[in-house]
Parts: sequence; C-alpha cells; structure tokens
Amino acid sequence: MQDAIEERKLHPAMVEGDHDFGTVSDRIGDLTLKKRTPFFWFVGFAIAFLVAQLLMVTILYLVTKGIGIWGTNQPVGWAFPIINFVWWIGIGHAGTLISAILLLLNQKWRTSINRFAEAMTLFAVACAGLYPVFHTGRPWLAYWLFPYPNTMGIWPQFRSPLMWDVFAVSTYATVSLLFWYVGLIPDLATLRDRAKNPIFKKLYAIFSWGWRGSARHWHRYELAYLILAGISTPLVLSVHSVVSLDFSVSQIPGWHATFFPPYFVAGAIYAGFAMVLLLAIPLRHLYNMKDFVTKTHLILMGKVMLATGLIVGYSYIMEAFFGWYSGSQYEWFMIKNRIWEGPYWAFYWMLMFCNVISPQFLWFKRFRESEFWLFIISIIVSIGMWLERFVIIVTSIQRDFLPSSWAMYSPTIWDWTMFIGTLGFFFCLFFLFVRFLPIISIFEVRTLLPQANVHGRPQDFDENVLEVEYTYDRTDPPNS
Amino acid sequence: MSENIYGIMAEFDTPTQLVDAAVKVRDAGYTKTDGFSPFPLHDIDEALGIKRSVLPYLVFTGGITGLLTALGLVYFVHVIDYPIIIGGRGHFSLPAFIPPMFELTILFAAFTAVFGMLFLNGLPSPYHPVFNIPRFALASREKFFLLIESRDPLYDYEKVRAFMDSLSPQEVFDVPE
Repeated sequence: MQDAIEERKLHPAMVEGDHDFGTVSDRIGDLTLKKRTPFFWFVGFAIAFLVAQLLMVTILYLVTKGIGIWGTNQPVGWAFPIINFVWWIGIGHAGTLISAILLLLNQKWRTSINRFAEAMTLFAVACAGLYPVFHTGRPWLAYWLFPYPNTMGIWPQFRSPLMWDVFAVSTYATVSLLFWYVGLIPDLATLRDRAKNPIFKKLYAIFSWGWRGSARHWHRYELAYLILAGISTPLVLSVHSVVSLDFSVSQIPGWHATFFPPYFVAGAIYAGFAMVLLLAIPLRHLYNMKDFVTKTHLILMGKVMLATGLIVGYSYIMEAFFGWYSGSQYEWFMIKNRIWEGPYWAFYWMLMFCNVISPQFLWFKRFRESEFWLFIISIIVSIGMWLERFVIIVTSIQRDFLPSSWAMYSPTIWDWTMFIGTLGFFFCLFFLFVRFLPIISIFEVRTLLPQANVHGRPQDFDENVLEVEYTYDRTDPPNS
Repeated sequence: MSENIYGIMAEFDTPTQLVDAAVKVRDAGYTKTDGFSPFPLHDIDEALGIKRSVLPYLVFTGGITGLLTALGLVYFVHVIDYPIIIGGRGHFSLPAFIPPMFELTILFAAFTAVFGMLFLNGLPSPYHPVFNIPRFALASREKFFLLIESRDPLYDYEKVRAFMDSLSPQEVFDVPE
C-alpha cells in the first residue's frame, strides 16, 4: 500500500477516471462534433468579438491619422507598442516550451496541455506581430522589412537587431504553425471518421491529408515530430534572446546589459505559464476536461511558474547590482531613477510585488493545490510581466544622458484601446479554436492509457522512438 | 477474384494482439504488409520489419541549405551588392549575421521535416483502398488493423485468408481495390 502511494507520488496518473481509447476520442472529439454549442461559448465569443472591435477602430484611426495618436514621444520613442509586443511574444513561449522542451525531457504531463498551449502561442504571436507593423506608421510598406531585390536599389541591414527580430519572429510564427498543424493531423483524421455533418467531414478530410494511421506513417511522423521538437527548442530560446538584443545592443543605460537574453527568456516562460493556467483552469471546468487536465498538471505548471519567477527575481536583483557595480554614473542614475528617485518608482514596486512576492506563495501546498489561488497568482504575474516591460522600456529612455532631453511618458486612450483590443482579438481566436478543433491531443492521450501498452511496455509518444532496436534482419529493400 | 482485391485485412482489439500478429506475419515471410493503429506503436516497427526512415538526413540537408542560403544572402547584400560600413565593422561581419543564418537554418529544416514526412508517407492521398472497409473508420478511434497486400510475392487468396483467420482476429475483411 505504502509502495503504491509512493509510486503515485513519483508517477502521478496523467489521465484520471476510467477511460479507454473510445471514450477518450469521444470526450475530446465531441466538444467539436457535438451539435449544440454551449451557451457560455456564445457569450464569451460575443464579448471577445466586441472587445476586438476596439482594435479594429484603433487601427482604422491610427492608419488614417498616424501614430501621433499614441502617447509615444521623444525620448520615449518605443513605448506601448514594444511593451505589448514583448509581452505577447513572451506569452507565446510557454506553448513552445510545453510542446518542444518538455517533450525532449520526457515530461508526460505536457501531453494533455500541449495542443491549446500551442494554439495560445500562435494567437499570441499574431497579436504581437501587429505592434511593430503598425508602429512603422506605414504598415502598407511593411514588406520593406524583408530582403527582396527592389528598384530603390537598397537592402535591409542584417547587422541590426531589428532585422534579426524580423527573421526570428517570422520563423517562430511559421515553425509554431507547422508544429501545431502536424500535431493536429491524426486528430483531424479522427474527427473526419466521426463527423456527421458532411461539410465538416469534408473539411476535416482535406486537412487531415488522408491520414490512415499506417505503422509506416506513424514511424516517420514520430521522427518528424521529434525533429521539430529538437529544432524548436533552440528556436524558442533564440526568439526572446533576439527580442532582448533589440534593447541590449543599444547604448542606453538600463538596456545595455549582457544578461538580457536569459533574463528575457525566463520572463517569457514565466508569463506564458501564467497565461496557460489562465486558460487551462476555466477550460477544464467549462468543458469538463478534469480527467485529462488534472490537478497534477496545474500543480506542475505552478511549480514551473515558481522556478521561472525565482530566475526573474534574481535578474531584478542583478540588474540593480550591476547598475551600482558598473561604476558608471549613468547606469547608477538609471537604477536610482527607476527604483526610488524617479517619477515611475511606484511601477517598479508594483512589479516587485507582482513578480517577486506573489509567486512565493507557490512554495506552499495550500496555494499550489488551490485552483483559485493559482488563477489569482497567474493574473498577478501576467500584470507583473507587463509592468516589467513598462519599467524596462519607459524608465530607461525617459531620462537618459542629457537632462535637456528628459521627458515624461503617458499612454493615451488609443494606446489602451489597442492593447485591450488585442486581448479581445486573442480570445476571439481562442474561442474559435476551442469550437472547431480538438483542444487536447487525442492520439497522444491514448498513448497514456494503460491499454496502450504492448506486453506491459508503454508506447509513449516519441519516447524511445530512436531506441527501437532493429534486430530482425531481412533482405527486402529499405523503406524510404 | 484476386485481381480486384487490394489486400486482406484483419481487425484486432488491443495493440498487443496487433504486434503479436504482426510478428507472425513477418515470420511467415510476407513483406507487403502494414499495420494501422489510432496512436503510434513503437513495437510494431520491429514486428513488421519497418526500417528507419531517411527523414533525418533530409532534414539535415534542409537545414544546411537554409544556412547556406542565409549566408549567401547576407554576403551578397553586404559585401557584393550594397557594401556599407556600419559601426566600424568590416563588410563581412559574420557574428552579426549569425541570427539570420540560424533562423533560416531552423526554418528550412522545419519545412523539410513536415513536408518531407508527408511526401515520404505519400500524403495527401484522398483515396486509399483501406477506406473501403466501413469498420476501418475505427482505426482512428480504438481498433487495430493488419493488412497483407495482394502484391505480396507470397500472396495467395485462400492461403492468406486462412492465415489471417489463424491469428484469431475479431474479423477478417477483403479490401477491394
């Protein structure tokens, strides 16, 4: 008995309840195929859709009038647009971490949360991408960012971090989409075989590419998936590193710091896990997915949040320390201005509360195991990560080397409508995803069931795919 | 009769039964075989004698192509077509070019992985004879299928049919072409 309890502690069940392959397929597939859309979906989608209209109106006014409608000024030339860009991109990182890095680390608990976390990544990157494009002021010329032969006879500057950003973010968006879509193919085949509505059946058939679950196909599929995970891992780390280089390659005190890449990556994962929790907790209740997204998942996500929160907290301390240790009067002035002397000191201390104090509660089981507290802490952390970008960006450039160029920054109503509008846009996309695609990877959950074992050996997705021993010798030509 | 038959298919309830049956099929010498399951089964690779795919080599080639493409692009832009001194660096300032080179490596490798996998799998294939069996819809849900194709050198309708029956499946189907 004691052994059983210990075993359960070490290897908690990732699927709760009495399930077999069929019930797993039905429970997850029915959310999409069931005729009746739940009432809350309409309410939620309507609200998100209305909020997204703020974005549309803002963009319309912005494009007609110019970016002067924002509070962006001199010297704070990078204000809300880049704050929000970095915030959204960061949120996306948790999805890739869950789908790629945790796969390589054999963390089985990723299996039931990777699908919607990856969707979150895609939608967050879509929101992030809007900001730099519209911040250019002439979004219809955004294609100038890409290197193509043109009659002007000029090329983009590849030594600039802003150019690196174009490459990093567009690669990230593309690879995330590929990764997500490859994961969807077998599940779309399941939906194709179960759909009653002829139109949807046709659509699922087209998008599943005629997948039939052949052993030879699965073999290549798993290899492709593993390779994608392997290359997405350095990719995701590179994306926020490149984003941080936008700042640290510059000469501005408060930006010009070598430790920005790891600091930004940790912050990105921190914010991303907060958003995954914010989505997972309501989803598992509203759609009764508690068998697949269990308490164990939430607790583990809480622990990741605590770990990354500690890295972020350490970075804040180091940032202040190096401001003093650098011996540069500009660096030290920036720290003083940011923390206690400047006009934005209150934001710094709110940030400390949100990102350093609030996750400490996760040390305690009582908070970690309570969905309510996890939800509250996730909201606080999301706000905190937004404040972090605000503090880094605004307090660094608002008072730089020359006092004659100092100025205050405050966002206008249009800064806020653009930000809130992207939140609406994000949730709009997420609601559509929840309605039309399986929110949990069905075929991967099947591999977690004990029935999936062959002679007692687990067949975990992508675990051991490279370790299958080919002892059987045969003479037929090798498969391509 | 055997002319318009694509193959003979047996249905099983559990992955263990499928893998055991696949071993017997392989040992009987059949080579044009396939297994179908609702999730990847590693043990069936060896059971059916499926060889390791060449996909990783393709992806490696794709990645290298991406790397060289990016290197060629930045070299052409900053050394040949539009040389301009920025920040006192030389025209060919490699460290500053690493991020775009890295990103294109990943991008090309990812495209090769996905489309290479689909290509080697022969997808998209809107029609396939196995879909003619109505029960095959359960292959994406909870059932396991084993197929011996009629183009197998050892194929003989009566023999294969009897052999399939001897594997104690749920049911045996003739798959029409």
